[in-house]
Amino acid sequence: MDGDHALAEGALAAGCRFFAGYPITPSTETAERFAERCPEVGGLFIQMEDEIASITANIGAVWGGQKVMTVTSGPGFSLMMETIGLACMMETPMVVADVQRVGPSTGLPTLTAQQDMMQVRWGSHGDYRIIALVPDSPQECFDLAVEAFNLSEIYRVPVFIMTDETVGHMHEKVVIPPAAEIKVVERNWYNGPKKDYRPYLYNGGKSIAPMVKAGDGYRFHSTGLTHDERGYPSLTPEDSKKVITHLIEKIDSNADKIIRTEDDGLEGADVVVVSYGITSRIAIRAVQVARKAGLKVGALRLITVWPFCEEKIRNLAPKVKAIVVPELNYGQIVLEVERCAGGKCKVISVNSCGGAVHDPEEILAAIKEGAR
Amino acid sequence: MNAPEYAVSDADFRTENPMAEFLRMERMPHIWCPGCGIGTVVTSFAEAIKAGGYDMDKIAVVSGIGCTGRVAGYVRFDSFHTTHGRAIPFATGLKLANPELKVVVISGDGDLTSIGGNHLIHAARRNMDLTVICVNNFTYGMTGGQVTPTTPNTANASTTPYGNYETPFSLPFLVDAAGATFVARWTSLHARNITQSIGQALKHKGFSFIEVIAPCTTLYQRRNRLGDGLDAMQYYHDDADIQHGADTRTVDIGYQGKIAMGKFVDRPRATYLEAVNDHYVNVIGDDYELYGKTPMEKKAEEEARKSASGEGEDPKACGGDDD
Repeated sequence: MDGDHALAEGALAAGCRFFAGYPITPSTETAERFAERCPEVGGLFIQMEDEIASITANIGAVWGGQKVMTVTSGPGFSLMMETIGLACMMETPMVVADVQRVGPSTGLPTLTAQQDMMQVRWGSHGDYRIIALVPDSPQECFDLAVEAFNLSEIYRVPVFIMTDETVGHMHEKVVIPPAAEIKVVERNWYNGPKKDYRPYLYNGGKSIAPMVKAGDGYRFHSTGLTHDERGYPSLTPEDSKKVITHLIEKIDSNADKIIRTEDDGLEGADVVVVSYGITSRIAIRAVQVARKAGLKVGALRLITVWPFCEEKIRNLAPKVKAIVVPELNYGQIVLEVERCAGGKCKVISVNSCGGAVHDPEEILAAIKEGAR
Repeated sequence: MNAPEYAVSDADFRTENPMAEFLRMERMPHIWCPGCGIGTVVTSFAEAIKAGGYDMDKIAVVSGIGCTGRVAGYVRFDSFHTTHGRAIPFATGLKLANPELKVVVISGDGDLTSIGGNHLIHAARRNMDLTVICVNNFTYGMTGGQVTPTTPNTANASTTPYGNYETPFSLPFLVDAAGATFVARWTSLHARNITQSIGQALKHKGFSFIEVIAPCTTLYQRRNRLGDGLDAMQYYHDDADIQHGADTRTVDIGYQGKIAMGKFVDRPRATYLEAVNDHYVNVIGDDYELYGKTPMEKKAEEEARKSASGEGEDPKACGGDDD
């Protein structure tokens, strides 16, 4: 199956039974798959009037007790930005997939890109943190969809699957394990006395408040305004500091547990190629050719892009001559690599304005330049 | 400065007030101005819930942004104060995820009909089982009195300082045309009618919409030199007529003009979820499991299935056909 369908299957396997979405190329197949599968599994698909309504209905559905997902691409992702802030503020677990295409604006709707990597991190206003995962294959679309749901429930945060048109439309074998072998994290439901329930816990990210759903008799309140632990608006600088610190620290202080990378031959490497998603699969070819030519080249694949693997890059930079960062954008994650490398090695961006994956020769040329 | 003395102590006010059961008294005083009509709507809403004998644990209130958007924060129900214009899609998700809830949207004219206008018409079209109460004060109160899609022609607003030259929405006509199956309008003077109307709307299956014309004394009334809250009540008293069943094409409101009020529309039509389930039963047949059963019903079914098959896993939950 293709990556878009695998996303839908992964979500269903993770227990997602609600999907409010809006069609947009090249993500539509995920919504279509969900629409087809929902009546078979007791779920509900609703095509909303736009992407704003889609993501907002999803937040409502979470507070009604469901696990939810929506999928979109650049223009729809831009429309969702304000509500992503609401999801962060209300600490709502949910999964959003962005099957990236070329922008800005309507751009190249049917062609591949990785141009929303910074938007996902910074796109909504205000200070907050999210988690973003990047699959490089249809199989990983399935696997990371499950993982995204699990992380969203653990950290009560929206989790993003930043796939792209190529992975979305690529058909490969996808192994769906028996349900019993799929590790699914259920929502941390509160079960203490009703009067003690607090929908939020502001302790600098040390722990995450358990959840309840509307209709269970807690009669709780939740708001996008800065609020206290009861969820009541509290418009003071002190409470704002508590809320923002918590939203950020619950991710940052657990970054080690969240971050997943895959590396190959980093030990003793002169040059390391840092890449993610479909670009990693192109980079493999360049690394193989470079190794045949006698160069010492390592590869680091980011599966989790946000939070960023800062420590890994900090430790790597002094040991190598150069880090090469190919991306299907004009240079986004390379900025993070440069920041963490802190001038200890060369950082070479192999950018592409999207539309097509790299030619491995371009990455190879950068590896050779880095090894000089 | 000494704290003012009241006949009722603060503690008694918070526990003995007849509204204490419905309001988060710990959040009082509220932010609304003297003469504002929103409080009347909240009282009428509480009275309607009381009269209907509803389980208050199964009622959820969703608001958008603005003065009326603050209602959700004051009522003692599961309540959500969302982003500007998005109360209806939030409520849609909430209702569909947990259909046993009665979901009530209470928000203002700017929120529901300007930035949220698209959601309003689509929820009406789908006959989503929500009750939407729109407090229409013809202005954006919280941001300081700007023009809204309902501000009558020629009225002054801070962004139409020479008078409004746009044509306003007539909300009953708008939602009627979009497919709402219950449409009513009252003024905030007619509190008992609002209560009764909310009671009917809560019982109604499908999308019910109640517009309440209410004064914004601080901004709309003052900027247009229309006097205070009492003057607004006088206007409503003199110029609002009950016209049940009126053709919604005829109920637009001119500047300080006649206000037609009453229940304009009350017609049966399948709700969104009824349409989903009816359709799938038709095309899929017995294999289709009705969506939106209560947790009790689901649990009973699950247990029956477990005891029949001897295991608890749903074979359709993942996998499916490969392509």
